[in-house]
Amino acid sequence: MLEVRDLNAYYGRSHILQGVHLRVDRGEIVSLLGRNGVGRSTTCKAIMGMVSPRGSVRFQEKEIAGLKPHAIARRGVGYVPEDRAIFPRLTVLQNLELGLKKKGQKGRWTIEDVFQLFPRLGERTHVLGGFISGGEQQMLTMCRTLVGDPDFIMIDEPTEGLAPKMVEQVSMLIQEIARSGISVLLVEQKLTIALRISHRLYVMGRGEIVFEGTRDEFEADTSVRREWLEV
Amino acid sequence: MLEFILLSCINTLIYGLLLFMLSSGLTLIFGLMNVLNFAHASFYMLGAYFAYEVSTHIGFWPALVFAPLGVGLVGIFIERYGLRSVHKYGHVAELLFTFGVFYVVNELVILIWGRNPVAYKIPEMLDFTLMSAMGTEFSAYRAFMLLISVSMFAVLFFAITRTRLGLIIQAALTHPDMVGSLGHNVPLVFMYVFGGGAALAGLAGVIGGNYLITEPAMALNLGPIVFVVVVVGGMGSLTGAFVASLLIAALQTFAVGFEVSLSDLLALWGVSAPDAGGFFHDLLRIEISHTRGMMPYLFMVLMLVFKPKGLMGTREE
Repeated sequence: MLEVRDLNAYYGRSHILQGVHLRVDRGEIVSLLGRNGVGRSTTCKAIMGMVSPRGSVRFQEKEIAGLKPHAIARRGVGYVPEDRAIFPRLTVLQNLELGLKKKGQKGRWTIEDVFQLFPRLGERTHVLGGFISGGEQQMLTMCRTLVGDPDFIMIDEPTEGLAPKMVEQVSMLIQEIARSGISVLLVEQKLTIALRISHRLYVMGRGEIVFEGTRDEFEADTSVRREWLEV
Repeated sequence: MLEFILLSCINTLIYGLLLFMLSSGLTLIFGLMNVLNFAHASFYMLGAYFAYEVSTHIGFWPALVFAPLGVGLVGIFIERYGLRSVHKYGHVAELLFTFGVFYVVNELVILIWGRNPVAYKIPEMLDFTLMSAMGTEFSAYRAFMLLISVSMFAVLFFAITRTRLGLIIQAALTHPDMVGSLGHNVPLVFMYVFGGGAALAGLAGVIGGNYLITEPAMALNLGPIVFVVVVVGGMGSLTGAFVASLLIAALQTFAVGFEVSLSDLLALWGVSAPDAGGFFHDLLRIEISHTRGMMPYLFMVLMLVFKPKGLMGTREE
């Protein structure tokens, strides 16, 4: 589904991504782990076209590196950024409506499905996005991208700053997403969640992939954890 | 006194809405694209000249439609083939670009229509006194200006708050990158906003050009005030621009009527002015009505010192 090869990205003169390679197959949940500042978010942004990439990003057999973000989104790539980027002056419903690529779009996830799954959002359709809780914002931002019917979604640090109960809901939603046939690239710091729900894992260190493997392989290799993840 | 207040209120509303027509586009362009469009008042001038040209050949009513559309197209052309290329070189390059456009448009207008004012007149149909109350005349054209401005405000409000494009614009004001990654073509939205803002400024030129004077200096005369409105209202805030437009208009309109000086005020407190003939005497004798031209700028300077984000600005720098 997604194949990234020798991906490089720069912020000014800093060489942030130094030849990243990764692969996500259909219906898979793949986690991208690593300490802060190693380039995990930049990897997502480069795939999305928000940071100009050098290298190859192939999505559903077609090259997408170099396209504008909106064109990449229209090919079926979804992105949920770390800062959530809720439109604060628009209501919950309007936020969701802007997730639709076209008015009235019906995909795997509809706005009605979202309200059924998260009644709390359904009760607050007319509340401004800036006035709902952090947990609700996280649900809203994920659902906003989902209603646009992506085939592949990148979710950056979805459980950051959430209460344990909310964390549980988020991880359930991610599994639900994968079950609906959407592939997921999950950027996480919380190992417990990543280990529980991912099919495969990548670990990043200093702008490149330093480990790639299944859950079992990851758990067997304690040096990776020690060297690249523990603070 | 009542007559003065009533008349000033109506004048404030007309002038304020005219300012809003100009500042709404400017503030949206700034909010979305981070471009301080120095050439915005040029679109106002082009609106007046286009309307003059169309009205001499076909009539005023077609001009009311075609002139703003023409200015909108000029705006779209400038954004698509100029500003978008300059964008990658940063804000200073963009500012200098619009600065250049301002002077190019000014010189073009002089080349085509000459240095003197052109005879763009109020249509005969509206050239009469609508009502006369308490010795004050209120012309039909002023009522027409009010009607057009209020309608424009209603249409703009509807477009921004109720249409899908309006919601995309509102979202892009705070998170342009996110809007793009949801699949919306943000550069295209920028182009529409730039064109729409130009068309609104053009409309202000159509209805203001014949009421005031259509001449090459008109862009420079009104341009700075529009900047004041945008700064005072808070860059990027449409509501702020609306409030500031009315506020600046009121400030200028009401100031005319106050033939009071500082020394008059001091006298109320029992303080007498210094001897006649001295510098301070002259300074204190200046009437408020004479400071009309300075008021908006003084207001802006104080605003920047005490509340740099403006009345409604939410922008984080």
